[in-house]
Amino acid sequence: MTDQTTVAQSPAGAAEPAPPPAKGAKDTRVDARPKNNRAWWLVLPVVVSVAFTAVIPLMTVVNYSVQDVFSPSERIFVGLEWFREIARDPEVRGAFVRTLLFSAQVLLIEIPLGVAIAVAMPRRGVSVSVALVLVALPLLIPWNVVGTIWQIFARGDIGLGGWAINNVLGVNFNYTLDSTDAWLTVLVMDVWHWTPLVALLAYAGLRSIPQPYFQAAQIDGASAWATFRHIQLPRLRGVLTIAILLRFMDSFMIYTEPFVVTGGGPGNATSFLSILLSKIAVGQFDLGPAGAFSLLYFLFVQVLCYVFFTVLTKSGR
Amino acid sequence: MRRLPWARTVFWLYVATLMLPILWMFGMSIRPNEDILGSFSLIPERVTFDNYATFFGETSWYSSYLNSIIYTSLNAVMSLIVALPAAYAFSRFRFAGDKHLFFWLLTNRMAPPAVFLLPFFQIYQSVGLFDTHLGVAIAHMLFNVPLAVWILEGFMSGIPREIDETAAIDGYSLPRFFIRIFLPMIRSAIGVTAFFCFMFSWVELLIARTITSVNAKPIAASMTRTVSAAGVDWGLLATAGVLTIVPGAIVIWFVRNYIAKGFAMGRV
Repeated sequence: MTDQTTVAQSPAGAAEPAPPPAKGAKDTRVDARPKNNRAWWLVLPVVVSVAFTAVIPLMTVVNYSVQDVFSPSERIFVGLEWFREIARDPEVRGAFVRTLLFSAQVLLIEIPLGVAIAVAMPRRGVSVSVALVLVALPLLIPWNVVGTIWQIFARGDIGLGGWAINNVLGVNFNYTLDSTDAWLTVLVMDVWHWTPLVALLAYAGLRSIPQPYFQAAQIDGASAWATFRHIQLPRLRGVLTIAILLRFMDSFMIYTEPFVVTGGGPGNATSFLSILLSKIAVGQFDLGPAGAFSLLYFLFVQVLCYVFFTVLTKSGR
Repeated sequence: MRRLPWARTVFWLYVATLMLPILWMFGMSIRPNEDILGSFSLIPERVTFDNYATFFGETSWYSSYLNSIIYTSLNAVMSLIVALPAAYAFSRFRFAGDKHLFFWLLTNRMAPPAVFLLPFFQIYQSVGLFDTHLGVAIAHMLFNVPLAVWILEGFMSGIPREIDETAAIDGYSLPRFFIRIFLPMIRSAIGVTAFFCFMFSWVELLIARTITSVNAKPIAASMTRTVSAAGVDWGLLATAGVLTIVPGAIVIWFVRNYIAKGFAMGRV
């Protein structure tokens, strides 16, 4: 029993943020771990569950992508024909450029904005709890409800946002007719929806910076900007890597919100890759092209994520 | 630490802007439909709770609300059970292919959900999981298990290995050590992870809608019912919207203290 109390005391110490590892310290930690192939038994449940939810479905998609399916009994092997067709399809290319542009805009707006909000967030007192809960609230709203909120809010006749732009600013704004307005609505909606995630991650990163860093900066007479640039920002590398990756992935796969607000329109102004894909897969039930489309889509997200990850983690060393 | 003098004001202005669309939807849920479409007014002229009465008066509405809560909770529990030992393995041991496996797990988080719609529909139907809570909970493990492993691994790596070794010397077997000592130590990590699983499962609609029809239909899918031949029932739509925010708000209130502390320890 005495052993238990000694061990049980350590949680209090463990609840403190771990001291920041020095450069290269991570590698020594990796080396210190014992090699034990029986650890595979511990990861087996994960492998099985992911196999059922991801690998088997993905294999089905691969199967579709190389066949022309007329009916369950009638299929012809077509090789890479669908891949060629999808890669040449002007509609797919248009959606690809649109999605890429959207992701770029999302990252350029949300990352700096999120960091700024995190810096401005209260640090102590009851206001911390209130701020955290309110900032996190948009993240907990089902995605189609987010769409519904903005569908209502941005309407010129019944929504506060659309009404204010039309009647207070005097600009003619209608997201169901004008493609620029539709694009802006979807972009503003995404910024509203997801900047809180970046802000929370950055806030957590800022909180983990030990106080002596700031005291040292104060003694040196560093300006607020210099403190941010040379102490806070470098410390945020880890959380910002995650924020950028998550925001890239999710904005590149965005479906529900624009589908609810604009349905991809007007015309195809907000028809992103996922909207086009589900139109082909579920709407037209073209299994072959949809399968090939899915795989190319998946591959692109993976490659870009890998590039981001490598660049972001290597550039600091 | 130092803060700029106007930071506080700017921050609360941002929060106010953030709340505006939500408050607007709430305002719409307590107006009669004629007022919504009739004349534009900032403050509701007539306040009514008819929409809420409709929502809780109809089985199909509140049962789909319960459906969402059931499969979301189920998913959080299952994801944690599966992810905890795996995260421990990744943080404590080296084994053949560990790095590849870790990255491969993460790549599943990168799969566009639209990719999985067709196969999910067919597979879940053929194995009898179609339109069940368990089916949706399993399907959502697609993106929650990799995330849970990722977050938990970060937390666990922050706990010194000496604790494991001390416990082993004291005669604790691995399962007993894990349950009696290790799990209580990473309470906050489990809280944060459960929160993320809950969040991502609660907000997802595309997959949940595809593999359900009646019995496990999520609340979010029921909302499309407000569109009928007579047009959109904006008041009822807004009411359902407001009610879907409530569980999330409750969960986040409980984990609010873990968020900052927990994030900082973990890799997220």
